[in-house]
Amino acid sequence: MTSESLTLETPTQVVAVARANTRKRKGRPKRLLLGLAGILTLLAVWEIAARVGIVDARFLPPPTEVIPAFFTILTFGDFWAAVGSTMLAWAIGLLSALVAGTVLGVVVGLSPFLRRATHSTVEFLRPIPSVALIPLAVLLFGVQMQAALMLIIYACFWQIFIQVLYGVADVDQVAMATGRSYGFSKWQRIRYIVFPTMLPYLMTGLRLAAAVALILAVTAQLLIGTHGLGLEISKAQNGGQYVVMYALIVATGMLGVLINLGARALERWQLAWHESVRGEINA
Amino acid sequence: MKKLLIGLGFALGLPVILIALWWIGTIVSPSFFVPTPPELVVTFFETWIGPRIWVDVLPSIGRFLAGVTIAIVLGIVLGMLVGLNQTLRSFTEPVFEFFRALPPPVLIPVLLLLFGTTDWMKIGIIALAAIWPVLLNTVEGVRAADSVQSDTSRSYGISGFNRVRYQVLPSASPQIFAGVRQSLPIGLMLMIISEMFASSSGLGFSVIQFQRRFAIPEMWSGILVLGLLGVAVAAIFRFVERRVLRWYHRLKDLENAA
Repeated sequence: MTSESLTLETPTQVVAVARANTRKRKGRPKRLLLGLAGILTLLAVWEIAARVGIVDARFLPPPTEVIPAFFTILTFGDFWAAVGSTMLAWAIGLLSALVAGTVLGVVVGLSPFLRRATHSTVEFLRPIPSVALIPLAVLLFGVQMQAALMLIIYACFWQIFIQVLYGVADVDQVAMATGRSYGFSKWQRIRYIVFPTMLPYLMTGLRLAAAVALILAVTAQLLIGTHGLGLEISKAQNGGQYVVMYALIVATGMLGVLINLGARALERWQLAWHESVRGEINA
Repeated sequence: MKKLLIGLGFALGLPVILIALWWIGTIVSPSFFVPTPPELVVTFFETWIGPRIWVDVLPSIGRFLAGVTIAIVLGIVLGMLVGLNQTLRSFTEPVFEFFRALPPPVLIPVLLLLFGTTDWMKIGIIALAAIWPVLLNTVEGVRAADSVQSDTSRSYGISGFNRVRYQVLPSASPQIFAGVRQSLPIGLMLMIISEMFASSSGLGFSVIQFQRRFAIPEMWSGILVLGLLGVAVAAIFRFVERRVLRWYHRLKDLENAA
């Protein structure tokens, strides 16, 4: 049985859902076309702005030059090396923050004492902008990847840690008590009761952190000069290769879109599971 | 009274322990890179209380406020327009997705080319980065409006500006605030980065200058200022949010209690 058939109770609801589904199916090609039109409009405005010469033409090359340049840089090994370095910093930073944030979040979240004792410190440290640590990172690591990792981990850790805290706070106390009286060990309670409740929160944290990690990886490359796309962009800017600079910016945006899509797909996969469980409890 | 003391103990316990550890650490093994707590406090006052407030701190805060104000106002207005119109929403969706996913710091070189190292470039980059969470959350908030509410206002003949003002805006406001909450740290981040990248004054610039001159305690005091700014922004946001959304939090409490 699917979750949908469980939550539908009256014929009116069934009809409403069926109508909505038809609308959705009918609307899909139109939506795609409109979206495409939106992209084309943006490109057209950009082209006109570049050709009319509101600003210096060298500083704003038209998309008809930037798009071919974008496909040209896709064939360069240097470009893929930069993408590789960016993604490596992204992945290591995100994974470290994920492990640290989840473990500490569960440990702190499960203990009312720790939760109270850490609250003021967390509320103070969390809003500190990660980029404020850039001078410290430069001092400690120079232009090595560790400098980028320090910024990424600091920023992502809080995103995940806070979501895990919310998730653990959401655990059903009756379920925990039931687990205890059925002789679940502490580890089993964490694995089978806390973890499933926390997972949707963790996924939200991970999705936010994935975007933040890319921003900070690129920032570190732009400002500190660690190897990657940001460094290539600032090189192109300093060298006056503005077409390449715009092409690299488009490529960075594409990378961001891919990361967002991936994170959302992962989350949807988890959320579908979550809602189906909730549906069965309600029924 | 006892309860108050326990609360105070919990609030101050860990910070006091951490500062004590840091103090002991710097005494046991003094490091060039880490100042002692008293050294940092003295440097903090010497460095930042004085002309620097006018030259670096206030202009930075001014640019931040200008940038996020533009982002919030434009984000809500555009979000309302796009959220209320299905066609416009489909039309803008892929473009918005791209700009949302684009790491905002890469736009600094572009704005630098177009506007030079002016205040407007920095305000522009802050606004350009901070607008997306507000805009997209407003669109979502408008879209998720309760259909019974929409039908009711329609059958009562409430339309146009009044509908936006008294139905759409209030029902979307919790989501809009969620967007503003995300956009403030982004704005602060871009304020710092834009000053580090291209500036001759401001907080971000000063901190980088201190680091390059190996003025380590001054650098730490600058990081402290940026941290305090982040904490202050978060606190002010929480205060405003609690005020404006008081009805919403009470409603939630009632629902949770039921």
